[in-house]
Amino acid sequence: MVEPVIQMKGITKTFPGIKANDDIDLTVLRGEIHALLGENGAGKTTLMNILYGLYQQDSGEIFLKGKKVEINNPNDAINLGIGMVHQHFMLIEPFTVTENIILGSEPVKNGMIDIKKAEKQVEALAKKYGLKVEPSAKVKDISVGMQQRVEILKALYKGADILILDEPTAVLTPQEVDELIVIMDNLVEQGKSIVFITHKLKEVMRVSHRVTVIRKGKVIDTLETSQTTPQELAEKMVGRKVLLRVEKKEKQPGRTILKVENLRAVDNRGVPVLKGINLEVKEGEILGIAGVDGNGQTELVETLTGLRRISGGSIRMLGEDINNLNPREVFEKGVAHIPEDRQKRGLILEYSVAENLILGRHYKSPISKGIRINHSSIRETAKNLIKEYDIRTPGEKVMAKTLSGGNQQKVIIAREFSKQPVLIVAAQPTRGLDVGAIEFVHKKLVKMRDEGKGILLISFELDEILSLSDRIAVIYEGEIIGEVDAKKTTEEELGLMMAGHKGGIIGEEKKSVG
Amino acid sequence: MRKKNLLDEILIPFLAVITALFIGAFVILWSGQSPLFAYLVLFKGSLGSLRGISETIVNTTPLIFTGLAVAFAFRCGLFNIGGEGQYIVGLMAAAVAGFAIKGLPSFLHIMVVIAAGGLAGGLWASIPGILKAKLGVHEVINTIMMNYIALYTTHYLVNGPFKAEGPLPVTPRIQPTAELYRFSPIMRANTGIFIALLCAVVAYYLLWETTLGYEIRAVGLNQSAAEYGGISVPKNMVLAMIISGAFAGIAGSVQVAGVQHRFYDIFSFTGYGFDGIAVALLGRNHPLGVVFAALLFGILATGSMQMQSVAGIPKEVTGLIQFMIIIFVIADELIRYIYRVKKKEVVANG
Repeated sequence: MVEPVIQMKGITKTFPGIKANDDIDLTVLRGEIHALLGENGAGKTTLMNILYGLYQQDSGEIFLKGKKVEINNPNDAINLGIGMVHQHFMLIEPFTVTENIILGSEPVKNGMIDIKKAEKQVEALAKKYGLKVEPSAKVKDISVGMQQRVEILKALYKGADILILDEPTAVLTPQEVDELIVIMDNLVEQGKSIVFITHKLKEVMRVSHRVTVIRKGKVIDTLETSQTTPQELAEKMVGRKVLLRVEKKEKQPGRTILKVENLRAVDNRGVPVLKGINLEVKEGEILGIAGVDGNGQTELVETLTGLRRISGGSIRMLGEDINNLNPREVFEKGVAHIPEDRQKRGLILEYSVAENLILGRHYKSPISKGIRINHSSIRETAKNLIKEYDIRTPGEKVMAKTLSGGNQQKVIIAREFSKQPVLIVAAQPTRGLDVGAIEFVHKKLVKMRDEGKGILLISFELDEILSLSDRIAVIYEGEIIGEVDAKKTTEEELGLMMAGHKGGIIGEEKKSVG
Repeated sequence: MRKKNLLDEILIPFLAVITALFIGAFVILWSGQSPLFAYLVLFKGSLGSLRGISETIVNTTPLIFTGLAVAFAFRCGLFNIGGEGQYIVGLMAAAVAGFAIKGLPSFLHIMVVIAAGGLAGGLWASIPGILKAKLGVHEVINTIMMNYIALYTTHYLVNGPFKAEGPLPVTPRIQPTAELYRFSPIMRANTGIFIALLCAVVAYYLLWETTLGYEIRAVGLNQSAAEYGGISVPKNMVLAMIISGAFAGIAGSVQVAGVQHRFYDIFSFTGYGFDGIAVALLGRNHPLGVVFAALLFGILATGSMQMQSVAGIPKEVTGLIQFMIIIFVIADELIRYIYRVKKKEVVANG
């Protein structure tokens, strides 16, 4: 019998109006990878924040190797050998890898930091667990995958035996995910234990030994991963039957809606980020843009929707130039936009659901009458959309910020799809959503495609790109470095292209250029 | 939901006022007086007689305007510290329109005087508005600078081109047709208060009943989302500043037409513009809240004079109370802590 390292018993944590953790029991064994699976808001991060000392439980007990412990702050946790790698890295960018790792427990010689010794320690540690890093490189210069390894090393350097990884794969390319899994295997082989927070079924199946499913703050079940299936896990997680595959009919694309040629643009600091983008979207097709975060996706979307000026090239909608039109003019040409950041761009959180649902057409009849804004027409529009798109809200008057992420996204989708668009630019349409909401968004996108709209889908989720798209273009450092048929490509091929290796149809032709 | 919000909006300022008065009592006690007596004099002096009420109205009127000015700009996310300057140019423009234009029927003349002040204030505020919208220059700095420019420009005008005959640096008295009706020949209260209340209604209407208001508030709450929704951020910023400045400018018009009847040289700031910030804060940037906050400050201003002359308590004490109120309103967490008022927290995806 393997000994348990962590036992959390009857953990309950209440925030005003919500029971985030309700009598949760969790046991983590020595040397296991334990997946904590649940939808957003299920309470998995709250539970781990309690274990790491960021929150205190209202009731319940924590045992470490059989001994009851009090964890009042992260320092307590670190002293007990618990380390956490957050979803958003906590690194100081201008510092080197070593400086980041030793921060807070620096080796000192004659009152100075002994950086030589520190680098040696870091190197030794990295070697022991198979974590490839460059100790003297600055954090801002290294890849996201390496930054994550630095975070893991930081925890190990402080003596962590139990590692909590909060959605560690969200920011990685498929290849980096593979590397991370090797590292995780390495760590548990050497006796460490890992708690792995995720909402992705595939990863649970791939890496974990056991999995605990949490729904609405309660533990639904703890299972041996080898004894379960993704379908079973999905049902336990959501509480009903879900469709994991997107159903999509064959469809012949029609005429070209969007044609982008040699598009160039600079970012907010004036650095070129789009370096000659070429792409085309036809009626009744979904063009997926695959790529790792930060390769120009944000700027591409912004130029297409009038939020960013272009510095060269052209954007044409049905043969008409729409370069540098403002967002209202772009919308009037029939472009709908699901922005990547729904809380910052997509919604005015302090506006009511109704007020959000009319954003973008608030100046048009019947919403606007002369200088007046027509409240009864707003209410009417809102009520219809809430019903049609099944937005779960106590009413149209409540503020958008009180809605769950999935319902906030439904507000945006309802608003954008009801504009009768010709082209839909969907950026990260399911980011941060749970399985049920993802299913909804995917169905709606496919429905719009079947109705003959052109859809440009930008996503960091390869699964999403693969299952929704008809064609896939890969963006890398501001260029489309290749385009593939969604039915014929593989995850491996796309992964390589996302890392900058050319391939695919266009890539072959353009080799001489690039 | 809505009701609870509203209660919260009223409760916090109310508790802030009570707390400030309570602390003020100790200050009065410390200066060797009876707080109870002092407050009695304060409220009797401002509300206990017709004359007191008249002065309270006179003191309240400009604060409603400048409070509206600050609140309106704030709804667009702009901090208009320039109410003072906009008020001063409003005074001057109204004074000139009041004495220079002759032969108009009274109603029309008053309209012209009000328009002159509003226009001047709006134009004055449009400059920092445009600088902010087009160049991103922070409006706080520019509105403050515009205050000084207004002060010194009018200082020149009243000593130069528009100086009335005689030794004093004042403009000529405005025509009788430009004067607002006074409720009594021996008191200063006038119909200006109705213009102020009307402006509060206009501000409310603009913000919540028009498309422009929808856009202005959207810009104030989330610029990125506003831009995404096809709302021009620069355009709405400039418009909000112009409307804001117009309110402060009209404060000047009403002051000239109702109280001063001419422009007196200003040697240091009048304080109405700055008090407008306090009024807007206490009134939670809502026109109705502004009206009540202005009334409270009007009462304090009037009552403090009485407190000084009757009870011998320096009027600075009420100033102290005023600013304590503001501190408590801003630091509402403190008030919540003292009175254990729970904040309605919304935990989305935790």
